[in-house]
Amino acid sequence: MVFDLSFLTRHLPDFERALLLTVGLGVAAIVGSLVVGLLGNAFRNLPLPGARLAVRSYVELARNTPLLVQLFFLYFGLPSLGIHWSGLTCAILGLTFLGGSYMIESIRAGLDAVKKEQIEAGLSLGLSRFQLVRHVILPQALATALPGVAANCIFLLKETSIVGIIAVPDLMHLTLGLIGLYYKTYESLLLLTLAYLLMILPASWALARLERRLRYGRQFA
Amino acid sequence: MVDNSLELLLKNLPLLLDGLISTLTIALASVILGLLLGCVVGIAHLSRSSAVRTAAKIYLEAFRIIPVIVWLFVAFFAIPIAFNLTISGETAAILILSLWGGAEMSDLVRGALTSIPVAQFEAGRALGLSEIQLYRQIIIPQAIRRLLPGAVNLITRMIKTTSLVVLVGVVDVVKRAQQIIERTHEALPLYAFLFVLFFILCYPLSLLSRWLERKWPT
Amino acid sequence: MPASANRQILLSLENIRKEFGSRRVLDDVSLDIHEGEVTVVLGPSGCGKSTLLRCLNGLEPIQGGNLRLRGEPMPGSTGDWRAIRQQIGMVFQSVELFPHLNVIENLLLGPVQVQRRKKAEVLVEARAWLQRVGLADRELSYPRELSGGQKQRVAIVRALCLNPVAMLFDEVTAALDPEMVREVLDVILELAHEGMTLVIVTHEMGFARAVADRVVFMDEGRIVEISPPSIFFEQPATARAQRFLDKFLYLPRHAEQKL
Repeated sequence: MVFDLSFLTRHLPDFERALLLTVGLGVAAIVGSLVVGLLGNAFRNLPLPGARLAVRSYVELARNTPLLVQLFFLYFGLPSLGIHWSGLTCAILGLTFLGGSYMIESIRAGLDAVKKEQIEAGLSLGLSRFQLVRHVILPQALATALPGVAANCIFLLKETSIVGIIAVPDLMHLTLGLIGLYYKTYESLLLLTLAYLLMILPASWALARLERRLRYGRQFA
Repeated sequence: MVDNSLELLLKNLPLLLDGLISTLTIALASVILGLLLGCVVGIAHLSRSSAVRTAAKIYLEAFRIIPVIVWLFVAFFAIPIAFNLTISGETAAILILSLWGGAEMSDLVRGALTSIPVAQFEAGRALGLSEIQLYRQIIIPQAIRRLLPGAVNLITRMIKTTSLVVLVGVVDVVKRAQQIIERTHEALPLYAFLFVLFFILCYPLSLLSRWLERKWPT
Repeated sequence: MPASANRQILLSLENIRKEFGSRRVLDDVSLDIHEGEVTVVLGPSGCGKSTLLRCLNGLEPIQGGNLRLRGEPMPGSTGDWRAIRQQIGMVFQSVELFPHLNVIENLLLGPVQVQRRKKAEVLVEARAWLQRVGLADRELSYPRELSGGQKQRVAIVRALCLNPVAMLFDEVTAALDPEMVREVLDVILELAHEGMTLVIVTHEMGFARAVADRVVFMDEGRIVEISPPSIFFEQPATARAQRFLDKFLYLPRHAEQKL
């Protein structure tokens, strides 16, 4: 195994660019998913018949189908209906569609964990529904949901590796292109692996630290 | 439009089923190998030897940090060069999916074993049970209960991940659908079909996992 | 504690009926609570005493009867209870301080957010209360850093910061370690001596005897007896009350006494 270092240095900027795109995509997906997660839970708790069912249907649909198929559907399927979105748009939509369902579940778990008695205590002080949510329910729910939400974020960052299939110039797309053009398989794969390590490792480490801190705090609750 | 789509799907059903068999074969093989491997490595996580534990940890983290698709391409592109072999897409797929499934499973197994309170071990020994009896009658049944919902959930994830094998040249159900699209230009019905297909495969497992969780709450 | 005869009626319950599904938990309960009066509600498990308390601040809706505060009807099950809840404070068995807020933040939440009072003004009051219950130095502590007795005293003060006209206590010492029960009961006793209207559900018989102006004994969703403590604990008017008390005073059984 001989590494062509000049190849590595020559294409470093390409990888940098692709990495930034991937990270940007991941962040957009995370933000979108969080919004869906919060709105989904707000909607779910409305006194509307069928609200819970609608949200549950969405969650099951998104979680039981592969992202690959979802992306193909958006990018190759929708044009038949006259909808021509760019690869990047489809990627963000697809990741948000999938990530949103995971976030809905994580936030829901956090909300369910808030004790009924806490809500009663808040009500006894005369808090309105809105004040109750803002001062009693949400702070506790989000603290409980945080590890799940963080895990979802890492999951989304990893899932961005698939979007290359719909012509998004991300890391995978770049790597396959380079291998195809220059046959520098080891070098390309090495850079690819390093790029993902760079992206995921800090996030993974931060999550582990967060989980340890929450567990420590809970001991004394 | 729906009529035409259904007609289209029916006409091409043999091709799609052929692809589906490929998908399911890879999924099944990977699940079996992965779950078995996961049990072994899961126990390794709890080994007294720190060398074994570290090796297990590195294995787990490697598959946790690097996305599966990257591993797939590493296997598919680098192995032939490194070992001077030709490797089929199927082999690379089963290899990587098993290793990834094994890594995830090992974490579930470790979690299940460590979540059993020490008091259970103590109570069993206090009753005079031998180690084998202790594990067979007390520990393993409880570990399986804690393990099963997560394991079923992992199987669902593995089935979904099998869809990636089309990218390393495997003629699975996704590839077959793409071939049909190339011929007929009817992308929407075929991708809708794939959507529904995977949903039918995975949703029952999702329900099973929920049912198990409710049946055996921890 | 003067006799209730000449005092205004603060809270009145008229023919209260409450059901959980098909089970009738409160059956035609009527009671008048006077200003400054300390009412202790006793009874066996499941008699409806906690439910009665929770109906008074709307945590449990009633299916029949009337609730009045100073003659004005209280909101129904779909009404807005916020105004009433500022006037009737409640302390729970499980304490329920907000874990993500420290002591002073717990105390300020109600007055500042609900009553829209100025934070500076409430701070003075809150600190005075903390001083009175001996927790002045715990202002910035979080609930997880406090003992059970300390938390419950903070919970009492939290309710008091809203300046209610009446306080409801739902078995507030039942979940505490025995050595911490006294410090909480002392606070309640002090409130009684200052003439606050209290409705207390408790199992602490000695405390009940010391603090009550009158004892309301309930069984199976009905009020069976209302007596002053001196009578109730010595020679209750009803046989059911006597049977209840027997369980708490451990006297050896004679051969012919039935269980």
